[in-house]
Amino acid sequence: MTAKKDTLQRDPDGKLRHFLTVEGLDRGFLELIMDTADSFASVTEQTVKKVPLLRGKTIVNLFFETSTRTRTTFELAAKRLSADVLNVNIATSATTKGESLLDTIRNIEAMHVDMFVVRHAQSGAAHFIARHVAPHISVINAGDGRHAHPTQAMLDVYTIRKHKGDFHRLKVAIVGDILHSRVARSEIEALKTLGTQEIRVVGPRTLIPAEIQSLGVSVFHDLAEGLQGVDVVIMLRLQRERMNGAFIPSEHEYYASFGLTEARLERAAPDVMVMHPGPINRGVEIDSKVADGERSVILQQVSHGIAIRMAVMSMAMHHEGGGGAA
Amino acid sequence: MTEKLQIRGGRVIDPSQGVDEVSDLFVADGVVKALGKAPDGFTPDLLLEAKGCVVTPGFVDLSARLREPGLEHKATIQSESLAAVAGGITTLVIPPDTLPVVDTPAVVQWIFDRAKAQGFVRLHPVGALTRSLKGKDLSEMSALKAAGCRAVSNAHHPVANTLVLRRSLEYAASHDLLVIVRPEDPDLKDGGCAHEGPVSARMGLKGIPYAAETVAVAQVLALIEQTGARVHFAQISSARAMRSIWRAQEKGFKVTADVAIHQLHLTEEALEGFDAAYHLSPPLRTQEDLEALRVAVKDGVIGSVCSDHQPHEPDAKLDAFPATEPGMAGLETLLPLTLALVREGVMTLPRAIQSLTQSPAEVLGLGAGTLAPGSLADITIFDPEREWILQDSTWRSLGGNTPYWGQTLKGRVTRTLLEGRVVFDLNFGEAS
Repeated sequence: MTAKKDTLQRDPDGKLRHFLTVEGLDRGFLELIMDTADSFASVTEQTVKKVPLLRGKTIVNLFFETSTRTRTTFELAAKRLSADVLNVNIATSATTKGESLLDTIRNIEAMHVDMFVVRHAQSGAAHFIARHVAPHISVINAGDGRHAHPTQAMLDVYTIRKHKGDFHRLKVAIVGDILHSRVARSEIEALKTLGTQEIRVVGPRTLIPAEIQSLGVSVFHDLAEGLQGVDVVIMLRLQRERMNGAFIPSEHEYYASFGLTEARLERAAPDVMVMHPGPINRGVEIDSKVADGERSVILQQVSHGIAIRMAVMSMAMHHEGGGGAA
Repeated sequence: MTEKLQIRGGRVIDPSQGVDEVSDLFVADGVVKALGKAPDGFTPDLLLEAKGCVVTPGFVDLSARLREPGLEHKATIQSESLAAVAGGITTLVIPPDTLPVVDTPAVVQWIFDRAKAQGFVRLHPVGALTRSLKGKDLSEMSALKAAGCRAVSNAHHPVANTLVLRRSLEYAASHDLLVIVRPEDPDLKDGGCAHEGPVSARMGLKGIPYAAETVAVAQVLALIEQTGARVHFAQISSARAMRSIWRAQEKGFKVTADVAIHQLHLTEEALEGFDAAYHLSPPLRTQEDLEALRVAVKDGVIGSVCSDHQPHEPDAKLDAFPATEPGMAGLETLLPLTLALVREGVMTLPRAIQSLTQSPAEVLGLGAGTLAPGSLADITIFDPEREWILQDSTWRSLGGNTPYWGQTLKGRVTRTLLEGRVVFDLNFGEAS
């Protein structure tokens, strides 16, 4: 079932060509990404924060949707690998002039680049681009529609590994707008592959996709129940436009039901860690006391993002990892 | 021009007469004259050898978009007529969503004239149910009927509200026009591009729930009781909607239905990898739906199988999956995919042929779909065992949007006749 995807993002030897989704990658491969990130983490702490791995390579950040955090961490990661980086913000550029996605890709491809880091509002956009770029170009998915955000998922599990070590005894709750969240989908895949004991999704029925149980998660519509005994809580951002689509009645009611407060966190395990992919809405999905509290690892997630993105970019550029099919 | 012809030694299957025998067919002046024994004094001008082949009435396709007028960058009446006869289809029922929309007698006449000029396929344009398909005002159905429309439909376009739906059904009924409904509630569809289920949940594709189809079917069935309209449900995709239609038939409602052939072969699993060739409307659903729809065709709850032909230019499919245009080109795969159902034991060959001939012809009250003596000699001759590769040299539609590209298919039309005239011959102009 995942064969189609694997032949696209990995070459016949199982080496990484593109990084489009966590789905279809085995446990050893995810661990390799995290181990590679570990080796880069020290680079970030040196006075000269650079390694020459991608010297002479040109990486294009192709963002069809605006982003600050993801784009800047990708940019920093690329620069620390000594690559040349070009930021193209298409959200305010060519496609609004009617240029097709493929034409945009062809044009930038003609500038002899080596890698695309792509964010796009449509699910499947990264797959589409990977299928149509010149063979020497690698595509890294920086978020496609509701589908996947694999580097975010990897930095999240990397952060969890740093704190908890092993996944087998962990209970993880992902709380909020699962329906529209590419982060949640990729996290579920990554946590599943790493052998997490229990993955829960928590939210109102309107924000949970139909048949999400088929992904191997349990569903809770009550936050208190969903948090009972969990070791990790991942809060998702609630987009304000969800009020218009009749998904929820108001921010106030959402916070009353699903907002994460110190009091609610009492039900979780004593050493629970609180995560959020950002940007956070204080007082909508999370209380400031929790976000800034000692159990929050939100800012660590951001710095881990650089190491993970360095790992993925260098692996894709050098066709590394795997060794034998998944 | 050949006057008299004999089709010799084929397996003649004509469900409209309950015929399934190896026999000869005699045609003169564009009309079927006899089956089995030659009429007195019949000397054929042309002898067509059909040994090893199946001889059936020309297929009737209840939904094929030819894209003309107005969308000639996708396909034309000429290109798709060629594709149709190469697929054994001699009668095409074409939805009204052209540019301009088929909502005036002038457009109907234009299509008839065009078909006449091409001369090798029968076209039946379906009139618009509402003006410009906008779903608000009734179209001039009486005029459309006078121009030759036998049915009206709003195609994939929504009707503004249930009151407009009621009145359009009533008005169509008062002119004894069939209403073809592609049941889909636009609000519940909500811009979705895939079946709402495990696959859309995993792939992050906006889902189209079963309810989009079942709610629309239930609405129409409730209104049929009030209006007495004759309704045909087009391209049913879900077992649930099919069962509602079946229950209505059991109650004595005169409702019919068809299914697109690809719904009997593909499921949502095909979307893995985001291949836009599988972006279809209605969406591919589950294995359970596929199996229930197959049984429904076998039992006749769903009488007809159609191609739901929707040819596109290449650019229409070159984008991220949700941004691509839905639909596949299907005229030339209708027969091989139908024969595959017979080989898989889903139904008998005569029932399969009936779903392509007699059943769809009866939906529109056409004289086609039969080889009864005196009927127009629209005839398809095919070799059920012949394998062919779907590629540029064998494909005629301008729409290359088929997920079967490059695959080997089994079952090939060798000749197609329209009113006794050979309009397709595999031995001519076939490069493979």
